[in-house]
Amino acid sequence: MPLAGFVILGLFGRKYFKNFSGIIGTGLLLVSAALALYTAYQYFFVNGKVDGAYPSVTAVKYTWLSFSEKVSIDMGIILDPISAMMLVVVTFVSLMVHIFSLGYMKGEERFATYYAFLGLFTFSMLGLVISANLFQTYIFWELVGVSSYLLIGYYYDKPSAVAASKKAFIVTRFADLGFLIGILILAFYGETLDFNTLIQRLTEHQSSQSIAITTASFAGVTALTWGLVLVFIGGAGKSAMFPLHIWLPDAMEGPTPVSALIHAATMVVAGVYLVARLFPLFTLTQAALGIVTFVGLISAFLAAIIACTQTDIKRVLAYSTMSQIGYMMFALGVSGYNGEAGLGYTASLFHLFTHAFFKSLLFLGAGAVIHLIHSNEMKDMGGLRKYMPITHITFLVACLAIAGIPPFAGFFSKEEILLAAFNSNKIVYGIALFTSGLTAFYMFRLYFSIFWRAAGPSPLERGWGEVFHGEGTFSMKLPLVILGACTIVAGLIPFGEYVSANSKPLASHVDPVFSIAPVALALAGILLAMWMYKKESSRPQQVSAALGGLYKTAYRKFYIDEIYLFVTKKIIFNLIGRPAAWIDRNIVDGLMNGIAAVTAGISSLIKGIQSGKVQSYALYFFGGIIALAIIFLYLWK
Amino acid sequence: MDLSLLIILPLITALAILLVKGLKQVRIVALLGAAAQLILCFFLLYFYYQERTKGSAADFLFQSGYIWYEPLGINYHVGVDGISIAMILLTAFVVFAGVLVSWKMEKMNKEFFFLLIFLSLGAYGFFISLDLFTLFFFLEIAVIPKFLLIGIWGSGKKEYSAMKLALMLMGGSALVFVGLAGLYFNTNVNGAHTFSLIQIAHQGIPLGVQKVFFPFAFIGFGIFTALFPFHTWVPDGHSSAPTAASMFLAGISMKLGGYGCLRVAAYLMPGAAHYYSTIIIILACIAILYGAFATMMQTDLKYINAYSSVSHCGFILLGIGMLTKTAINGAVIQMVSHGLMTALFFAGIGMIYDRTHSRQVAQLGGLMKMMPFISTVFVIAGLCSLGLPGFSGFVAEMTVFMGSWEKGDLFYRLATIVACASIVVTAVYILRAVGSSIMGPVKNNDYLKLGDAGWNERLAAALLIIGIIAIGVAPFWFTDLINPGTDTIIQKVADVIK
Repeated sequence: MPLAGFVILGLFGRKYFKNFSGIIGTGLLLVSAALALYTAYQYFFVNGKVDGAYPSVTAVKYTWLSFSEKVSIDMGIILDPISAMMLVVVTFVSLMVHIFSLGYMKGEERFATYYAFLGLFTFSMLGLVISANLFQTYIFWELVGVSSYLLIGYYYDKPSAVAASKKAFIVTRFADLGFLIGILILAFYGETLDFNTLIQRLTEHQSSQSIAITTASFAGVTALTWGLVLVFIGGAGKSAMFPLHIWLPDAMEGPTPVSALIHAATMVVAGVYLVARLFPLFTLTQAALGIVTFVGLISAFLAAIIACTQTDIKRVLAYSTMSQIGYMMFALGVSGYNGEAGLGYTASLFHLFTHAFFKSLLFLGAGAVIHLIHSNEMKDMGGLRKYMPITHITFLVACLAIAGIPPFAGFFSKEEILLAAFNSNKIVYGIALFTSGLTAFYMFRLYFSIFWRAAGPSPLERGWGEVFHGEGTFSMKLPLVILGACTIVAGLIPFGEYVSANSKPLASHVDPVFSIAPVALALAGILLAMWMYKKESSRPQQVSAALGGLYKTAYRKFYIDEIYLFVTKKIIFNLIGRPAAWIDRNIVDGLMNGIAAVTAGISSLIKGIQSGKVQSYALYFFGGIIALAIIFLYLWK
Repeated sequence: MDLSLLIILPLITALAILLVKGLKQVRIVALLGAAAQLILCFFLLYFYYQERTKGSAADFLFQSGYIWYEPLGINYHVGVDGISIAMILLTAFVVFAGVLVSWKMEKMNKEFFFLLIFLSLGAYGFFISLDLFTLFFFLEIAVIPKFLLIGIWGSGKKEYSAMKLALMLMGGSALVFVGLAGLYFNTNVNGAHTFSLIQIAHQGIPLGVQKVFFPFAFIGFGIFTALFPFHTWVPDGHSSAPTAASMFLAGISMKLGGYGCLRVAAYLMPGAAHYYSTIIIILACIAILYGAFATMMQTDLKYINAYSSVSHCGFILLGIGMLTKTAINGAVIQMVSHGLMTALFFAGIGMIYDRTHSRQVAQLGGLMKMMPFISTVFVIAGLCSLGLPGFSGFVAEMTVFMGSWEKGDLFYRLATIVACASIVVTAVYILRAVGSSIMGPVKNNDYLKLGDAGWNERLAAALLIIGIIAIGVAPFWFTDLINPGTDTIIQKVADVIK
């Protein structure tokens, strides 16, 4: 494996040179993607299995910062099935986005900055994926967060973009606080930060570290559970899980290709990746896994409902992302470690893999639409299939994939998730099944609203006039087609063969009988959406009117934003911040000034001299010191 | 290497500034002097590494001394360890950058540069002193010129601020003096008292005496480093001071206190440091979180940075209070990191103020459009302040957290969590400041014709950023540098606790 390590280092070296323009950036990424593919190929097919399982290799290790004899940050590169897979996903989607942006961002004033930020993001994301050390993950985790911040706030003169970038950073920062404390707990008891050592020590029966972490407890919960739940909070923040999801819809203020890359395919799944990375530890404590399941399920369900009511196409996609990540999370939550029980783990990462393709495709498609229409609102769209055939077809493919219609990619991964849920808990399965129907509905609501519905005004009426540029440049169409092709075939990969909880191949098969219910439900969702949105009609209004308060609550996203706003503005700003500032100026400082006033008063009483000149104060001061010295000299003994 | 060069060089520069005529010469002399300091410091670093690789295991290298006043046992005695070298490097960086950003000073240039260079003399002297009296002497040198810098070149309610700062710092010095005198009179070397740091450390001070005099020394130095509730000079002092003075004040003066707490209070009185550690930790946590919340409500950029300095310096005190090796390492890293970062921050604010004549967050806006360089500097300083990996602040804070977490009791755990919580509040206030002053739409159309940074400002900012990144990206060289120094201190503490 040193070869693989070398390969990835080469990739790093390239990333360090900031990419100053689109072509250079894209070219470098092409190299990176090729190297990543090569690495994955080497890993899976050339080096292959050891004792029937894919080994976890730490290729490079360098002590970056040592805290104490035991605990240090060793920068390293870990290669195991999930990191190899993520390398491919990240570089590939990033490459597509780079290419797409060549057309989409053309003519932007800060074109070079944009590519520099994209490069920074890709670098940080790769660093995150290959981290061999928990703290290294945290470092890149933060870097990913800041590149996301910079890219959301790319249109820095737009107040809404600035607010959104701020919100994204602060909410994830809050979650990172949990992550950090979780790291501190795990590092303290595990006495290491290295992933493999940590997992080995804590899973080993009766090792001193595992005894320590399971016997120590706080508030009736073991330190292990605390540590993992806190780490999961960090993951939930990054992955926009309920109730830390509020930043994701707002993050859509960034350029659309950025949303495709960061807020759909790569960064937001970092939380899933983190849980998967520490999965052997999670299996040790049912409580932590239960929380993962619960949070994942709530997020999947809630987001699907909200997505049905939104009118901004990017926000619909954002909620759909949140919902799909919810799927990945609860799939991990219901998974076990060995053999068949580990289906959820495989399914989760499989879904992560396929989702990356079809969701970035959806976002890029939406980007192409927005590029043409200059609006995010559904009401400005309709009948676009005539003007953008390629976008139309690829978008349809992606919608079918996410709805779980065979033989598209989403079908296979989603079936596995549902099967895992079915095997573990029927309630989870029921909610997940219903949510998959909702998914089909809202995705096709989107699809029909954009591409069908009214015939729409002619290009001239839309004001495109002479400059009508069709679907966009070649560089915008190419990624759509490539991703579309991937969406069709990605599901056919025997994923369990490569990625599983215990690294041993897991045969994954989809039972046709089992698939009937989900597929039927998905079709029902599609038909409902078709009935409501294919033609201009008053049906949507009727339905929303019939649902009344429920619709409004979902439209207002269950008022979660308002709750946050109340807590931050009213409670933290007014009840903590403002008093702190006031107390400081008036009471603490007043006290200090009071002491000064009293001193001054006394001195004027005694001496009658108060020149206000610091020189004379200094004189007194030194005089005092000398007096003090004399007192010490003669009286102390 | 003769450490006295560090004092002689600024002295010669200061005298030369007084002697030369004309604005241009004054500037050039000041710049050359500051550059020479910087080069000298790098030589010092080089020689230090050379000595260490040769295997020199002495606590303090390059010692030299002269008898100053024999009857009282006062010596001029200097020497350095890794911690001092780190602080000396910090001083050289900040002074050089400070001279550069003051290039276009409007009035009384000669006096201004003279005082600035003179301040650096005090700081160097303080960091290399191994004799408590000399140490105190240099501490005073580093206080008095600040009064003049703020009173003459300041802005706003400068007389009030200058007076407040001078009085509070002098009050601190007085407490320090009591503490030092207390140490002095409890030593006995061949029947005489001594101010020698090494001898006192070697001999040890009875615990009862430590408990009496530790609070004096610690609070005295603590006032310099914004120990709650004695931090109130910080916001007023900084906001009224001219840019370079702010940089020096926050970048170096506040570190005099931190260094003093470590070198004098903790090293010479480890028993008392252990005894009082709970109180220190509580005060530090208050400073960290309360300072951060207070920052959130500020509207003036300088107040924002001043209050955030209170919060950040809390980490220094927390690290010292925890008394573990890792935490003390973190405290030292934080001293240097905060020194560089806050100097960069004030430099950025100064550059903005020079152009817009406003420091109110509400009035600025969209500066990125007109001054991309200055805005980027500001954003980098902000990101360093909120502890982004790759910058020094992250390394410092994480080391403090790790060090604090090593202590198993619930009290220490809670303190660590409180300190950790500040990273969220810091993000809030930094992003608020950056979001509404740098980003957003341009609020004042007069600003549209303002220009970006000049060569001097670019050079100053670049220098400080290099320092920040050098620690942030490759922290291992820095921990290697300070490790022997912190080992010496922690050894003393460990002996006592046993």
